[in-house]
Amino acid sequence: MTAVVPAQGRATFYELQAKNRRNSVMLVVVFVGMVAALGAGFDYFFLGVGSRGADGGGMPFPIATFGALIFGSLYAMQGWYLGASQVLGASRARPADPANPAEKQFLNVVDEMAIAAGITAPKAYVVPDPDPNAFAVGRDPAHASIAVTEGLLASLDREELQGVIGHEMSHVRNLDIRAMTLVTALFGAATLLADVTRRGLYWGGGGRSNRSRDSDRSGGGGGIMLVLFVLWLLLAILAPLLGRMLVLAVSRSREYLADASSAELTRNPLGLASALRKIAGAHEPTRLINQGSAHLCITDPRGLKLNESENAAADLFGTHPPIGKRIQILESMAGVVSSEGPIGGS
Amino acid sequence: MFGFVVLAVLVLLALWLVGQFNGLVGLRNQVQNAWAQIDVQLKRRADLIPNLVNTVKGVMKFEQETLEKVMNARARALGATSMAERGAAEGEVSQTLGRLLVVMENYPELKSNQNALQMQEELTATENKIGFARQFYNDVVMKFNTAQQVFPTNLIAGMFNFKPADFLQMTEADRVVPKVDLAVS
Repeated sequence: MTAVVPAQGRATFYELQAKNRRNSVMLVVVFVGMVAALGAGFDYFFLGVGSRGADGGGMPFPIATFGALIFGSLYAMQGWYLGASQVLGASRARPADPANPAEKQFLNVVDEMAIAAGITAPKAYVVPDPDPNAFAVGRDPAHASIAVTEGLLASLDREELQGVIGHEMSHVRNLDIRAMTLVTALFGAATLLADVTRRGLYWGGGGRSNRSRDSDRSGGGGGIMLVLFVLWLLLAILAPLLGRMLVLAVSRSREYLADASSAELTRNPLGLASALRKIAGAHEPTRLINQGSAHLCITDPRGLKLNESENAAADLFGTHPPIGKRIQILESMAGVVSSEGPIGGS
Repeated sequence: MFGFVVLAVLVLLALWLVGQFNGLVGLRNQVQNAWAQIDVQLKRRADLIPNLVNTVKGVMKFEQETLEKVMNARARALGATSMAERGAAEGEVSQTLGRLLVVMENYPELKSNQNALQMQEELTATENKIGFARQFYNDVVMKFNTAQQVFPTNLIAGMFNFKPADFLQMTEADRVVPKVDLAVS
């Protein structure tokens, strides 16, 4: 074997980055549309903007629309810039300590994988939790962090750790964590706005008798108004759920890719396969990693059985593809690689 | 009107030329940078080896030959005057060092020696980094060379005399880098 590294992996990684950039733009557009719709509905149905300008009862200015957009953007921006440190803080992550042999090895492996991926080494954190798990956060490769639990460092050997870090490094390099940070920030903002809107329905809207307003309009297009109102209500109620499902769909599809990229970086798919097997064997939930960050982890920290089945519910609500399937794919990769010849370059 | 169209086409062409040229320069710099990365790790390995040898030589009395081989290969790599000579010597360092790291496993005293374990981890990490830096170098070279060969960038590459970069051949020494189980626990 002349052992020259195949190039197609690189091409895929550029495609992945480009896809993540496109998705990010689309997400922002959807977010702006959703927030504007939430605000506009509130303006129209409760503040009377645009419908009752003439009789002087309504607001002349779509204050809720602008308020929602400004507030939503500010909220999303703080999530974008501070989200990573919030996730790290919530899981009580601390910087890895080079004086501890296991953590020194972790730091070394992070450096190795950063070299393999050709990016600056992300910061390395340790979460004091006995359950094996790992995640990556950050808005771009230059501001990325990789965190692993103490349990992971204790249970994996060097090659397995390399596989896991390779997986997380791929999330960093392919801009997955960037997209996830964006999704989380926007989703957080949209959820909050939807909550505020629903509260508004109870407190603000109830008093100002929207029934009378409905009768005002019932003269023309009352039916359409009703449909619009119901749609808007559905948006306000379902926004959080839709956002959640969006996050999950994005997250699941990236896991296989990150597994494959990890194998490409380490040239050793069996390391990650064996790590996943060990992690799957530990069914305890990772307590310190909160639910909202589940999609960032190498396997679901909630220890749900859901992610291990392949039914429709798992397709909609699981954060990760079934671990058995991931292991199987990695092992078949190893089969392919070894039939081509020895693996060069350690 | 016609003149305007011609001008616009010329401007677009010039912009495209600049873009392609800068792309090639960027790739060439990446290749040089990737090469420098390998060098950084090779130097680090050369710095670490004497420490490791000093740490283990008291315990590994029966392996004096192995230790000497590593030190000799290291000296040859440091004193090499040509690229080919250096490449051969570095390959030998990888090979002999890999063997040393495996043999170390046979000495239980070393497993309880914090210092030796630390050196072993550092050298394994450095050895891996060399491997990954070489792997990344080849990836970048592949990109750079492909960019020079595909149409129409090949015209620009020819015009400005870009030369394809050399791949690092993975030598026998690279391939036998052993997998040492270093679970720290």
